[in-house]
Amino acid sequence: MTLIRKPLSRRSILRAGAAGGVALATPTIFTSSAWSAGYLNEPTGSTVTLGFNVPQSGPYADEGADELRAYQLAVEHINGEGDGGMLNTFTSKALKGNGVLGKKVEFVTGDTQTKSDAARASAKRMIEKDGAIMITGGSSSGVAIAVQSLCQEAGVIFMAGLTHSNDTTGKDRRANGFRHFFNTEMTGAALAPVLKNAMGEGRKVYHLTADYTWGWSQEGSIQKYTEPFGWDTVAAVRTPVGAGDFSQYLTPVLNSGADVLVLNHYGKDMVNSLTQAVQFGLRDKQVNGKQFEIVVPLFSRLMAQGAGDAIKGIFGSTAWNWSLTDEGSQAFVKSFGQKYGFPPSQAAHTCYCQTLLYADAAERAGTFMPSALGAALEDFEFDGLGNGPTLYRAGDHQCFKDVLVVKGKENPSSQFDLLEVVEVTPRAQVEYPADMLGGELGAYNNGV
Amino acid sequence: MTSNPTPTRDLAVFVIFAAAVLTMPIWLAPIGAAYPDLLQKFAIYGLFATGFNLLFGLTGYLSFGHAAFLGVGSYTAVWGFKLLGMNPVPAAAMAIVTSGLFAWLIGYVSLRRSGIYFSILTLAFAQMSYNLAYSVLTPITNGETGLRVLQSDPRIFDTAAQSGGPLVSTLFGIEMSGYPGFYFCATFLILGFLVAQRIFRSPFGTMLRAVKSNQNRMNYTGLNPRPYTLAVFVISGMYAGLAGALLCITDPLAGAERMQWTASGEVVLMTILGGVGTLLGPILGAGIIKYFENIFSAFNEHILQDIFSFLPEALQGPVVSISGLFVGEGWHLTLGVLFMIIVILLPGGIMEGVGRITSMVKGGSRKKHQHQTAPAE
Amino acid sequence: MDVILLQLLNGLDKGGAYALIALGLTLIFGTLGVVNFAHGALFMLGAFCAVTFNKFLSLEKVVLDPTKTTAWGTPMEVRTPYVEAYLGDFGAWVLNYSVPMSILLAIPVMLIIGFAMERGLIKHFYNRPHADQILVTFGLAIVLQEIIKSIYGANPIPQLAPSAVSGAADVGAFLGFDPGVIVYPFWRMVYLGFAGLVIAAVFAFLQFTTFGMVVRAGMADRETVGLLGINIERRFTIVFAIAAVVAGVAGVMYTPILPPDYHIGMDFLVLSFVVVVVGGMGSLPGAVAAGFLLGILQSFASMNEVKAILPGIDQIIIYLVAVVILLVRPRGLLGRKGVMES
Repeated sequence: MTLIRKPLSRRSILRAGAAGGVALATPTIFTSSAWSAGYLNEPTGSTVTLGFNVPQSGPYADEGADELRAYQLAVEHINGEGDGGMLNTFTSKALKGNGVLGKKVEFVTGDTQTKSDAARASAKRMIEKDGAIMITGGSSSGVAIAVQSLCQEAGVIFMAGLTHSNDTTGKDRRANGFRHFFNTEMTGAALAPVLKNAMGEGRKVYHLTADYTWGWSQEGSIQKYTEPFGWDTVAAVRTPVGAGDFSQYLTPVLNSGADVLVLNHYGKDMVNSLTQAVQFGLRDKQVNGKQFEIVVPLFSRLMAQGAGDAIKGIFGSTAWNWSLTDEGSQAFVKSFGQKYGFPPSQAAHTCYCQTLLYADAAERAGTFMPSALGAALEDFEFDGLGNGPTLYRAGDHQCFKDVLVVKGKENPSSQFDLLEVVEVTPRAQVEYPADMLGGELGAYNNGV
Repeated sequence: MTSNPTPTRDLAVFVIFAAAVLTMPIWLAPIGAAYPDLLQKFAIYGLFATGFNLLFGLTGYLSFGHAAFLGVGSYTAVWGFKLLGMNPVPAAAMAIVTSGLFAWLIGYVSLRRSGIYFSILTLAFAQMSYNLAYSVLTPITNGETGLRVLQSDPRIFDTAAQSGGPLVSTLFGIEMSGYPGFYFCATFLILGFLVAQRIFRSPFGTMLRAVKSNQNRMNYTGLNPRPYTLAVFVISGMYAGLAGALLCITDPLAGAERMQWTASGEVVLMTILGGVGTLLGPILGAGIIKYFENIFSAFNEHILQDIFSFLPEALQGPVVSISGLFVGEGWHLTLGVLFMIIVILLPGGIMEGVGRITSMVKGGSRKKHQHQTAPAE
Repeated sequence: MDVILLQLLNGLDKGGAYALIALGLTLIFGTLGVVNFAHGALFMLGAFCAVTFNKFLSLEKVVLDPTKTTAWGTPMEVRTPYVEAYLGDFGAWVLNYSVPMSILLAIPVMLIIGFAMERGLIKHFYNRPHADQILVTFGLAIVLQEIIKSIYGANPIPQLAPSAVSGAADVGAFLGFDPGVIVYPFWRMVYLGFAGLVIAAVFAFLQFTTFGMVVRAGMADRETVGLLGINIERRFTIVFAIAAVVAGVAGVMYTPILPPDYHIGMDFLVLSFVVVVVGGMGSLPGAVAAGFLLGILQSFASMNEVKAILPGIDQIIIYLVAVVILLVRPRGLLGRKGVMES
């Protein structure tokens, strides 16, 4: 193992502590059983601790808050409180509502600040100090990749939250990391046919792309899947993350000859660039005899709220939306809505599912040991969590499930009813070979 | 510094300081801070702030771009791992050299100006470094994801056994994470403290203080202050570079956000919070801020309810919700309030508070002596 | 040609915003000698005046409709804004113009905030080192934005421009180009005009009133003015309040361009300092000129043609200009000699 070498050092600290006569003030040393464990942070008492690492400050704070709500709900359901939510619709019936492996689930929380350093520090705190057996959460691919590799080195399981870059389960995949959310590759595959139907073949495309891994990944996927039907890229311009005012990047679009604008932005950037693009009159323009169109590949309802009216009629993709009518989604919306008074976001959904999936895998594996638990997740087929029949692929630890193509709703019936599902793209259409994106899972690390 | 420093006193301070740092895992346990990652951060940011204080505390030059050196140190260290292998010593050495060179370049240009102009120049350089690291320099920095060591990297000095193993820095077979990592960093902190102490007491340090108190007078005496300020700027940059390298030695990842202006602002805050121009103050300030960031931000409603469970039911709700504003996601609020209180009431930082208490205990005869924080320009 | 004109227009528009923020900052620095890191927070508070006003106008009457239920099984809420419910068309009209009208709210609110800030906090820092001023105002900025965040959340809250000026204007046709070649958002043009108006008003105030004369004299030589028996302190309070109002209304009018969130002030902070320094610390015309100059440069640096030659230039141009100016002409574009040069 690696990052956290508790056995030896803890004992030496114990000795030093006893010598110093302050041992009584450090009770955690006695309760910790790290050195007798078969794996890192093996729970020996009647509880098991999960670590929820979400952005509580910074641009994704609202998303982080929603993730945290979902985690609390999931913990309640696993512990047998509340109405059980999606546990009732989940096809695996291993969880009995009495915790996991008879242990009550507890949790600790941390603030990623959407910064790799801060996220790793808070994950380390949860592992080293609070004895978390699993880390989950996050709302940015950069952070997810950084925390995933930390968990690999430390020897705990990482259940990724909202992370959409291919790299998380592509070239930066790790054995200890699992992702339920979809990625840019799937967005491209799902979105392209809908765009072709709605906007026609042979268009001139202008990309504005957030200048980091996720943006490039997204830009590449859209190009890859739209080029076959004659969508040519006029220009692909990189914009700094957090630019705020995008006007200087939007003015060149006006007379570039492009008739489609793809905004590869997420979060605040997406809200700003979309609102401003609409203000520039782009949606009222006719270019090359065609109606000018704007596409936002990754949508989220929370962002749609920020963009207001600008979102109406804009195409994009999303992992899940609360308006879905399948049993699982309805059960989840019901218990979430009753507890908090509003519907859950896609981030909340993926985090809730990840927690259930983890708990379920532990129950089926009969242990929290990362290697055994991971094996239980690998090639696990399930249904009832809101996305139809889903596969946790062994080759890259990526979930494959239906993808939603959505459009900003023209006449919302409530302040939450902002997205209209245009098409549920079946899983088969978004699947790709596990080795296509490169990367190496490596071996599981149990942390000892 | 209430009394004149003497070599014996310095030695005593140093010994006590070293002992305190090395026993941190014991005496920090009751407040929940005695886990390796946070202890490492205490040591590393203490070193960073010590270096920053050499520049700001002695010469009064307020650099708002020190995070750039931290970042350069981090990137160099990770490149050291990638190319040479996982031994921390060459990585740290390379980081000190590169950040020193970088500091020399920036310092050479920026030190042509003083006061707030100097601050803005350093800020501008740091922001340029940050923006470029985030975008155009991605081949070197790996952009937003951050630079990491990969199994496929050359790592030419690693033995066959190491090359297949985990990607953690190792010295003589000891992995530089967990407590060994802390002691490694602590050693550098203690060394850095010693060097800072020597500089404070040396003729060089006196010369730097002269720059702060009256540069004109210094010019009239025919002394050119530039070489001295540049030298201390470079030393300060090397401290930052070393701190950056240590961040990567304990956790081999370098991200661009380490260079953002808010990170530069953080070290300014640490230094001022603890006490500018004092030896211990910046280290204390670094510790307090890192403690807040890591412990306060982790409080959630459950923990608060536990804490206030002794209160009667009716009181518990409001108390929890009010205190909830200041912890968890609201920890920035606590930080902001704390700064305002410190700056308004204790301009000399915590060290001034300590000094006041001591002098009060001793009878308060030296009260006037404290107020010595001279203007920054 | 049309591309150049468009970017120029864009640069002017950006410059208007930069100039407005830098103007207040310079006013405070020039008269009070205080480096105000909370100036961005004042901009943010102004923006949230618009949000609050809009929220207040669109306060909704919530009626539970038992016949319909939400997806989670509780009765559906039917919401109608009170203004519309009671005032009909006039209410809708007011709601439509909520952004420009919230200036009426922002002016008194920002006056009070500015007054309170100066009397309660800044006053005690006139003779303290700049580092202390920076720290205490930075602390204040954090406190203010955290308070806003705890009230309004972290997400941006969109504000709509009045529908009459919400689209894009065909500027080119007006200037004799082919229609549709040079179009620019209507509201941004309004903002540019508004910025010009506020700048002119501040200059006129300082130039043509006795009060302004005293303040300018105070900027030039505070001690002498004090010796003349003029109570310069009281005037400083008013100057600070004016600067707060300028920042506040700039924030109000900016909301349709950039949906405000609690962090919007910090995003402008570093930039506004660069603008002030490039213009020359304490020089009002300098701040305005530098604002427009940097806006235009940033706009041109973002053109694909420029970026093809100098990759990444759009991200660093502002700082690069600042470095060059400070090295070549340390007092800034229009700064007086000796100010802050030590």
